Amino acid sequence: MATPEVVFAHTDGGAVTDIAQYEATGGFSALEKSRAMAPDEVIEELNASQLRGRGGAFFPTGRKWSFVPKPEQIAKPHYLVVNADESEPGTFKDREIMLRVPFRFLEGCLIAAYAIQSKHVFIYIRGEYEQEFEVLRDALAAMHKKKVLGGVTIVLHRGAGAYICGEETALLESLEGRRGQPRTKPPFPAIAGLYAAPTAVNNVESITTATSVMEMGGVEYAKLGVPNSTGTRVFSLSGNVVNGGNYELPHGFPLKDLIYEVGGGIANGRKLKAVIPGGSSTVILTPAEVEKATLDFDSLTSLGTAIGSAAVIAIDDRCCMVQLGIRVSQFYEHESCGKCTPCRVGTHWLTQILQKIEDGRAAQSDLDLLLDVCDRILGKCLCPLGDSDAIAVASYVDKFRDEFQAHIDNGGCPLGGSSSLEAVLAPVAMHHAAHEVAHA
Amino acid sequence: MTALFERIQEIRRRYPDELSAVMPALQAAQVEHGGWLPREAFREVADALDLTPAYCLSIASFYDMFRLEPVGETVVEVCTNISCGLAGAQGVVEAFERELGLHAGETSADGKFSLRAVECLGGCGWATIVAVNNRHRLRVSAADVPALAAELRGEVSNGDA
Repeated sequence: MATPEVVFAHTDGGAVTDIAQYEATGGFSALEKSRAMAPDEVIEELNASQLRGRGGAFFPTGRKWSFVPKPEQIAKPHYLVVNADESEPGTFKDREIMLRVPFRFLEGCLIAAYAIQSKHVFIYIRGEYEQEFEVLRDALAAMHKKKVLGGVTIVLHRGAGAYICGEETALLESLEGRRGQPRTKPPFPAIAGLYAAPTAVNNVESITTATSVMEMGGVEYAKLGVPNSTGTRVFSLSGNVVNGGNYELPHGFPLKDLIYEVGGGIANGRKLKAVIPGGSSTVILTPAEVEKATLDFDSLTSLGTAIGSAAVIAIDDRCCMVQLGIRVSQFYEHESCGKCTPCRVGTHWLTQILQKIEDGRAAQSDLDLLLDVCDRILGKCLCPLGDSDAIAVASYVDKFRDEFQAHIDNGGCPLGGSSSLEAVLAPVAMHHAAHEVAHA
Repeated sequence: MTALFERIQEIRRRYPDELSAVMPALQAAQVEHGGWLPREAFREVADALDLTPAYCLSIASFYDMFRLEPVGETVVEVCTNISCGLAGAQGVVEAFERELGLHAGETSADGKFSLRAVECLGGCGWATIVAVNNRHRLRVSAADVPALAAELRGEVSNGDA
């Protein structure tokens, strides 16, 4: 099956980190083409492509840019902020994009900056992505030398380990030198974003795809994929599959084919038990649902879940769903910024109740309490972090209720210590008695 | 003026608002102080940016990668989030605990090693991910750990030395 590569075009499965090589395959022609157009015409091209944001919210990219006021409307500097703080569990696509097509990504930054009439770009890159930072730094230096920046400054700003900074307003707070805690919306970043000035915040893959859209034309791009989900997507496949990795495929690709053909099926001859389709915050799918699902907005929405960050995690039959809930909930508890009470308290509470169920200490009413706490988080916070935990956990109960019930009825885990997530350690802070004598 | 002070002034010039420089300044200070932020580091960053040490600490304490206690020369971090967990990350953590004689979260008495279990490092399809001083090793299994630990202790070359 021929798979069109857009994001990873002209890479031959490798990386293009040499600027001459990038130029030899048409690099920077999209930028040149864009700069020969009016900024609004660039936005029109994006609208024609129907490109929607690849960070998770799937918001139309062209429309997002069109919300940024014209310089004559607000006399402040305009900013483009790129969200390269990829940290949703299961997601590792932006990292590969930055490593393999750094110039296509940076060219997209310049196109986006031109479209919103900005001279200032900030790339907020996840602190743990050290190698990716170095690749971008070197690529940027090469572009500087070639004088393709056209008076635009691009600053690489490294994060320092906080999942919440992937939320756009928390990211802006962090970039301004504060703790990464989400802001109240409105005002939206387009009007009052970075330094209270007009700001577009876009994901790495969206920006990189914008380069391809300008290169091939919006109408051509829209022919790829399916209605409402045009184009290709870099899917991150992980979990109990034979061949985990990132795969660029057209939207609408069957989920089961991603797992069984592209991914080589379930490892060790095990059976598929469940699939998380769009990052850890999305509603889990059963094998029967996986059969029906295609990887696009409409199909996954109709199944009550979401395409999210396009991170597909396949889970085999050794995994205890209560333990999965604990591990997911521990993550959100650890990453809650603490600003909104329902999230700060609720994520901790969910972990505690799930642990009680797993340990066989739960009464029947605890299962109701678990879902009640989920309800008390949902939609009651400034950002979706707490919601993510509640949505995920409630979906595990919904789809695997018998297994939760068995924990209560049997007084413990029916898998009796053989679960693949048995005793998995949640992170602990650096030990307080540092340099104490180690016990081997 | 110290080298760190000069470095922070250089960072400061990148931003329209100097407060934005606090995170990269703390990162620079952490490198300067051997991988963690002692009390004096907050004074240094505060002086360089006209902030207070308390403000700098409030930033550092929010982010996981700022260390408020000493760390080993080699920091080994094992991702134990969902995908790595499903691939056997717990076995990798336990193998490192045996090899390094440390529990996850501890630093060795000689200051050589720190071992941590951490949240998703963004390499889910190549599980288990182990970060050694922020450089990611992919597809590490428990069986790989003894050789990896020996390499980190400097006992064997990794083949290209």
